[in-house]
Amino acid sequence: MNEIFNGILQAINLILTLNPEVVEITTRTLFISLSATFIGAIISIPIGGLINFKKFRGKRSLINLIQTLYSLPTVLVGLFVFLLLSQSGIFGDLRLLFTPTGMIIGQIILIMPILIGFTITALKSVGNDIIDLSISMGASEFQAIYTIMREAKYAIMAAVILGFGRAISEVGVAIMIGGNIRGFTRVITTTISLETSKGNLEISIALGIILLGIALIINLLLNQIQEH
Amino acid sequence: MNNKLIAAIIVIIIGLIAIGAYTVNGGFQEKQILRVSTTTSLEDTGLLDTLETAFEKEHSNIDVQFISAGTGIAIKYAEKGDADMVIVHDKKKEKEFIDQGYGTKRYPFAYNYFYIVGPKNDPANIKGMNNATQVFEKIIQAGQINSSVKFASRGDSSGTNSRELKIWNNTGANYNSSINGSSWYIETGKGMGDTLTIANEKSAYTLSDSGTYLAFKGNITLVPYLTTGKDLLNVYSAIAVNPDKINGVNYNASMEFVDFLLSTEGQQLIGNYGKEKYGQTLFTPLYGKSEPS
Repeated sequence: MNEIFNGILQAINLILTLNPEVVEITTRTLFISLSATFIGAIISIPIGGLINFKKFRGKRSLINLIQTLYSLPTVLVGLFVFLLLSQSGIFGDLRLLFTPTGMIIGQIILIMPILIGFTITALKSVGNDIIDLSISMGASEFQAIYTIMREAKYAIMAAVILGFGRAISEVGVAIMIGGNIRGFTRVITTTISLETSKGNLEISIALGIILLGIALIINLLLNQIQEH
Repeated sequence: MNNKLIAAIIVIIIGLIAIGAYTVNGGFQEKQILRVSTTTSLEDTGLLDTLETAFEKEHSNIDVQFISAGTGIAIKYAEKGDADMVIVHDKKKEKEFIDQGYGTKRYPFAYNYFYIVGPKNDPANIKGMNNATQVFEKIIQAGQINSSVKFASRGDSSGTNSRELKIWNNTGANYNSSINGSSWYIETGKGMGDTLTIANEKSAYTLSDSGTYLAFKGNITLVPYLTTGKDLLNVYSAIAVNPDKINGVNYNASMEFVDFLLSTEGQQLIGNYGKEKYGQTLFTPLYGKSEPS
């Protein structure tokens, strides 16, 4: 219990003194996870819309598969992307392994199932009868779909917030793709992992508190968009 | 909350991403990257940070990056060409690495000793023994009859784990029937720090590298029983990945770093390292001599 209390004190200290290494790690964490969430959302929300509105064979199986992927262990995604990006892998020439850009790609792949799946859920709960209603009032199919998405905006933003949460809190992808290189690919979660294994429990707790603080701020911002 | 504010937030986010992309590419400055994969025990001592700073001062065009992940995967990274060189402490794996053509030459540059540590009350009665193999034999015997005798193994293909297995092998006992799976043998599957913590909780003996033990000494009650001898000799070597076998590795920068490790300045840095953090030095540089046998 001592460690938790001292961890809180250390967190306050690190924040107030703007400890350079913590600032560096925090900035990188934000950059990587925000980018992954933003790009992931731009890709995933349209895909979710497409899957939901189009009728096609195997639709239910596809949705089932997407939901199964919610349970993907982060370290497994990390391993998979590592094999792709490795020098000896298909995309080796892009030299993205052990770089922040590679970590962003890994996190995008990690959160896409959640973003797509929850978008589908959000749109489904708006109901197909509203499409019919819009069309009967003269809207084109495209306009109708746009209306639905605006109706579902709250739930879709919830998906984005969840995706961000998963991205910023994961370790598996960050460590496998990033390599936890000091000054280059180290983020908050991988630092917590490292410091814990070195026995520095208090700084781990301090960093955890800082991560939650950041998540709180980002969520307040995203919530503003959500509430409109 | 109107559209303008949403737009502003989106612009800020795009701006953040753009700034990030800029800084990620090092502000568009041209620096070659040298990736060194190494062991967690070496990285945790902090020696590599000191060496990196000194090396980069004289080679401002090279950015040294250490990826520490355990000997097993450190070598794997090198085999896949994801690292330009390795610094590890497992002679057998290093020789295999070179025999298979992945490495050109092995450059040992420093050594120290593993420590056999254990609970203060010494239930296996190994105090005063000066041969690691005999100590391990005693632990097997004692473990079979005394339930308070335990041994914690890392079980993770690390250099330390390899040495532990080698000493068990030296005792002549069959690892799979007398040791692995026995009630007194605890396989943690974790790094050295975590393993020491577990050994401490369970009052178990374990094999540790000196740096990690000294770093944890203040937090645990385990004491060192044997800290020298041929069986515990721990030699650190650097190997550059062979550019003829693996594409895309930075061989020149690797050899510059190897030269630095073996130079007088590098060797002195290594030999003096540790006094501030540990109260004693951690490594004995080879100064060009061949490793002790």
